[in-house]
Amino acid sequence: MTHLAEIPAWAAVLTAVLLLTGAVLTLIGTVGLLRFDSFYQRVHAPTLGSTLGIGCILLASMLFFSVLESRAIIHELLITALMVVTTPITLMLLARAALYRDRTEGSDEVPPPPSD
Amino acid sequence: MIVKLLMGTILLTQILLVIAMAFATFRVLRGPRAQDRVLGMDTLYVTATMLLLTFGIRTGSILYFEAALIIALLGFVSTAALAKFLMRGEVIE
Repeated sequence: MTHLAEIPAWAAVLTAVLLLTGAVLTLIGTVGLLRFDSFYQRVHAPTLGSTLGIGCILLASMLFFSVLESRAIIHELLITALMVVTTPITLMLLARAALYRDRTEGSDEVPPPPSD
Repeated sequence: MIVKLLMGTILLTQILLVIAMAFATFRVLRGPRAQDRVLGMDTLYVTATMLLLTFGIRTGSILYFEAALIIALLGFVSTAALAKFLMRGEVIE
């Protein structure tokens, strides 16, 4: 691992902290996915990983490669933009599909409609 | 010292992400309903993207970034298609 030795200490520490933060947040999100009781609770949990978790890891990657090659490398912004745009769309589609399925089956797990 | 710190952190990050993927896989396998499995698949895609990015940092190669981008893109398309299928019973009408 010769390229790791070329990184200055501050960048290495910052990369390490960002990587660990992202991984721990993702793990907490998937623990929620595993342990919550109904689908409507579970759909909240993994968003911890798909927002802040992947954000931290993308920041770590941008910082690492920018410092390594001494120029700004920002192509990770592509994944960031993709995640920011697509995560709400997919999860809203999925939650609406689940709501439709539960309502047509008359399941009692369906959350009540908004009051007004 | 710095190399050891970075290598250790990257290894720990990868272990945590693999545990997260195992939890998501459990949700895919155990259901209990179709929407839970789709949610597990979506989480699996996001976590796989992160795992590939950490591989990229570990090897210092840009190639892993492109694989991560493709996984993120296909994850969006497949989850949207599966949600549409759950809603309507068909993907392309």
